[in-house]
Amino acid sequence: MNNSKKSFFVALPFIAPFLLLILFFYFVPVVLTFIMSFTDMDFSLRWNFVGIDNYVKLFRDQNIGIVFMNTIKYVFFTLIINVGFGFLLAVITTYFIKNENKGLLFKTIWMFPRMTPAVIYALLWLWFLDPTESGMLNMLSNKLFNLPSQNWILNHPMTVIVIANGMIGASLGMVVFSSAIKSIPKTYFQVASVDGASDWGIIRYVIIPFLKWPLMFMTIWQTLSLITSYEYILLITDGGPLNRSEVWSLYSYHKAFKNYEFGYGAAISMVLVIIAVIIAIIMLKLFGYDAMMNKNKIKKE
Amino acid sequence: MKHRLMPFISKALIYIFLILTTLPIIIAYLWLFTSSFSKQVTFGIIPKNFTITNWRFLWDEIKLGLTVFESIWPITFNSILLAGSVTILEVIISLMAGFALSRLDFWGKDFIMKCTIILHAFPGVALLIALYYVLNFASLIDSIIGVVLVKVALELPMATWMIKGFFDEIPWDIEWAAYIDGCTKFQAWYKIILPHIKPGIAAVAIFAFLAGWSEFIYSYIFLFSSKNYTLSVFIKNLIGDFRFLDYGLLSAAGLFYLIPVIVFFLISQKSLMKVQFGGIKG
Repeated sequence: MNNSKKSFFVALPFIAPFLLLILFFYFVPVVLTFIMSFTDMDFSLRWNFVGIDNYVKLFRDQNIGIVFMNTIKYVFFTLIINVGFGFLLAVITTYFIKNENKGLLFKTIWMFPRMTPAVIYALLWLWFLDPTESGMLNMLSNKLFNLPSQNWILNHPMTVIVIANGMIGASLGMVVFSSAIKSIPKTYFQVASVDGASDWGIIRYVIIPFLKWPLMFMTIWQTLSLITSYEYILLITDGGPLNRSEVWSLYSYHKAFKNYEFGYGAAISMVLVIIAVIIAIIMLKLFGYDAMMNKNKIKKE
Repeated sequence: MKHRLMPFISKALIYIFLILTTLPIIIAYLWLFTSSFSKQVTFGIIPKNFTITNWRFLWDEIKLGLTVFESIWPITFNSILLAGSVTILEVIISLMAGFALSRLDFWGKDFIMKCTIILHAFPGVALLIALYYVLNFASLIDSIIGVVLVKVALELPMATWMIKGFFDEIPWDIEWAAYIDGCTKFQAWYKIILPHIKPGIAAVAIFAFLAGWSEFIYSYIFLFSSKNYTLSVFIKNLIGDFRFLDYGLLSAAGLFYLIPVIVFFLISQKSLMKVQFGGIKG
């Protein structure tokens, strides 16, 4: 028995619970999703193989066009808020506001939507956009601009879900970019201001180059989570009205748990699983396996 | 003159921008608070007629026509059970796995590390349908334990990664001294190393608790009998029925659900701001 095999048995008790959970709730589901996508399984959970019927159906599905376009729009515009506005918040609260407590106050407020349970966050939006005068936005537009009340969610479903998700994502960008800005050596700022650089110049030539990797990382990371997450959309618009805010991941959910077409839902999910694996591998390649690993502290006994 | 005025104006503009964008958040949470304690709110956030009837769900049944909602206390207990179990399991399992990944060298470790990084980015919701099958197969559907296991598994790569980072910080000498004194691997882990990473453990525990407490989608799909409901599912159902009728009741129930989050958030706010994303290097 060689040494590394022996050490495997030393490590096993520590690692076994981790491996078991990962096996049953990640690997098995990935394989199952793949196999299920070739069946017409419904709520009775019987395996009845139908070949590639689900994928053919996917191409002929008349909703898939609008769902696809919605997904692209949703991911693109939310990403701008998540990364762009998150960056803006980080620069303002870390670079422009020199007083650390004031910066922290704004950061704390922006963290609130992120910490709030999804159900409550959705409730706040439903109230804010309430179609009657009890909603904040209608009250404001009545009082300030003398406009009649309107049903915001019905009239602008995509805008609503983009902003609602953007506010959540922006805070993550803010936290990550803030700590990156803080790690820029102070001398760079000093040299730049001695040279007479404006604030804009400092952002353009000092902060952005230093934040290249975090910005890129955040963009890819958020793309992945936006493509697959639908919790807030489900709670605020539920994809409606008439699929106008239905995105790919939510479509899979609706097919499976509303129409009980598990097989077809799995086929729709499979597209996401493949995209997720590709993006994860791109991340690994781009940011480098070694760079992502912290240095290990291992000494041979 | 112009030289001194310009920075002032640009600074003022920045503050105005920041305050305008932040205001909706402040208003929304202010509304949640005031509307839960008043019969009516004017201008969205100014309370009128103080009342506590919105909080009647704490001591009374909520009725709507013929439907009677469950009492909130067993449901709160379910939420505590869920969040508590997620916390305990996630902390223990990630402490063990993080230790092995940081301190031991073993066959297959490289593969496990790579998987952890990929899974860390891999979204669990894409697997919802298959998870339903797995839970059903294991007879864990419609049980809180099932939701706990799913939640722990999906949070585990992230937690393990964080914990591994904390272990990496501890000098080898400390552990080495333990072995000299005759400790086994397990004793060294439990008695010598763990006390050194208490702050890290606290951070992971708070993250896990909040994740479990806020959990919605898995409870919503995997729990269907009302005795197993958690607060998120309960409030989701309340919103469905009372949305256009009684915002007072909804905001009170929402605030009730939000209290632990606010408490934990304020305790751990500093460490949350420093949240490290295993992998970001400039």
